Amino acid sequence: MRQMALIELVDISKSFDGELVLDEFNLKIKENEFITLLGPSGCGKTTTLRILGGFETPDTGRVMFQGEDITDLAPNKRQINTVFQKYALFPNMNIAENIAFGLKISGKSKEYIKDKVKYALKLVNLSGYEKRSVDSLSGGQQQRIAIARAIVNEPRVLLLDEPLGALDLKLRQEMQYELIRLKNELGITFLYVTHDQEEALTMSDKVVVMNQGYIQQMGTPEEIYNEPENAFVADFIGDSNIIDGVMMEDRIVKICGCVFPCIDEGFGKKKPVDVVIRPEDIIIGKPGEGILDGVVTSNVFIGVHYEMCIEAGGFEWLAQNTVSYPVGQKVSIRVTPENIQIMNKPQSEDEEALALDE
Amino acid sequence: MSKKIFSGPFLAFMLCGTIIPLGVIAYYGITDRSGAFTFENIKAITTGEHWEALMLALMLALISTVICLLIAFPLGLILKDSKLGKKGFMVFIFILPMWMNFLLRTMAWQVLLEKNGIINQVLGFIGLPSLHIINTPAAVVLGMVYDYLPFMILPIYNALIKIDKNVIEAAYDLGAGFRQVLQKVIIPLSVPGIVSGITMGFVPSLTTFAVSNILGGGKVNLIGNIIEHEFTTGSNWNLGAGLSLVMMIFIVISMALIEKFDRNGEGNII
Repeated sequence: MRQMALIELVDISKSFDGELVLDEFNLKIKENEFITLLGPSGCGKTTTLRILGGFETPDTGRVMFQGEDITDLAPNKRQINTVFQKYALFPNMNIAENIAFGLKISGKSKEYIKDKVKYALKLVNLSGYEKRSVDSLSGGQQQRIAIARAIVNEPRVLLLDEPLGALDLKLRQEMQYELIRLKNELGITFLYVTHDQEEALTMSDKVVVMNQGYIQQMGTPEEIYNEPENAFVADFIGDSNIIDGVMMEDRIVKICGCVFPCIDEGFGKKKPVDVVIRPEDIIIGKPGEGILDGVVTSNVFIGVHYEMCIEAGGFEWLAQNTVSYPVGQKVSIRVTPENIQIMNKPQSEDEEALALDE
Repeated sequence: MSKKIFSGPFLAFMLCGTIIPLGVIAYYGITDRSGAFTFENIKAITTGEHWEALMLALMLALISTVICLLIAFPLGLILKDSKLGKKGFMVFIFILPMWMNFLLRTMAWQVLLEKNGIINQVLGFIGLPSLHIINTPAAVVLGMVYDYLPFMILPIYNALIKIDKNVIEAAYDLGAGFRQVLQKVIIPLSVPGIVSGITMGFVPSLTTFAVSNILGGGKVNLIGNIIEHEFTTGSNWNLGAGLSLVMMIFIVISMALIEKFDRNGEGNII
């Protein structure tokens, strides 16, 4: 089956008060995809969403929906619904009226609306809440109503603007699974905006990492996590050690004066590179057993494992291990070749600024 | 204990400034000149001249309130979304007259509207027929609108800016057009401000005597003028007090309305 892009953003630029938020931004979204825009605040992700929803007009560029230009179409004319960050339920209406809002506007019959409201409430596990007032619901319940209110209209695309940001951790995790379930049941395209990398990795089919109005990397959660394309992505997604290294030749990288075997090729000889090593990939052993010897300088228990800092070769390595090594203990570290991720150094100063930001 | 001492001056003020005068009015209202108990002063509202003045006052107050509302609500909407409004500058401009003595403001209109006043001079100069609204109910309504409009704008504006922008966007997002958003979201959510504004405009318009004196030229007799007359030239304090008690019913009704719609004190400017 040929998958045509449902939504296409073409060369979108937008600035507020002279500050460029999006710069020649391009993005294609396929039908039935769960796509997440991930980045720090101010990276342009919410602006992208608002341009799609119709609440902002881009300075330049076009928004295409199924091949049609909808750049200047008003929000109420788009087959797109939004779930807002702060729920934005109508405080003057009860739950059923809130959910029925869009259906009433489009002139559906009373019977249809009643059935739909019931169905939507069941979908978000809040059956029987029709007559409740907005105030009487908890944050998590309000957010689920906001989702129900959006999906009853059977939009082609659902935009979600950090919808779980205000919820506590437990509820957030529950809602993540709920959203995945909803997406699979409804077959709607989800465009999700968040600054929470865990949320992005858990739910998405595709993650778009953004910074300062540019796409830093786009790919599946695994690709983003395992093969970050630059230091910004590596730093933003999960914890990581980003170390200066020199690519001696294919499959050999020199870090902190020691030679590490790796699996990357084609960087040339004696080329300075950025090396990314995830803390969980650092193997700790007895002194002399690894590639570098060092000493544990801190040790914090953070749940599943211990997070330790190991001073070795003039660099403070962040390491995670289920075995605890006390502070002051002499250890060695090594990394298996496939867990060493080599990245080109940023070419220009501009790129460097992008990478170092945040 | 010590905190109670601080409230002393305020209690004394309330007692001397509000409660005692109210008691005195009530006493005068239900007694005659000899001090005997009577309902005559209150019943007097139904007699021809008084009843007419009350009806006229109600009608003019109603008209001026409706005009104020028709000006204030759209203005509030415009100010809410304008950049200037956000900084409060435009609101400040509209509220500015409120700080000037309202007798002065009303007298200014008298000068403007007079037969040979500025407006008619300008109209005559550009060859238009002159305006004869001074000393008519129309001039009184104009004065009321001018004097009490700021009191209407402020609570409505306050209620409008408190509406979450996301809620309005959500309504558009769900397919509503401007009229539907206005009807189903913005107006229902600004009801506290509207009710507050209506009360702030209606009650003073209903009870005014200064505006009708200055711009009505003695030809527009409102209930306020009658009460004033009884207290001053008429020297019948009992009748004046009795009619005042009737007026108080309207004030109490208004306050009850505010109480009902404005539970959160949202639209209140006091």
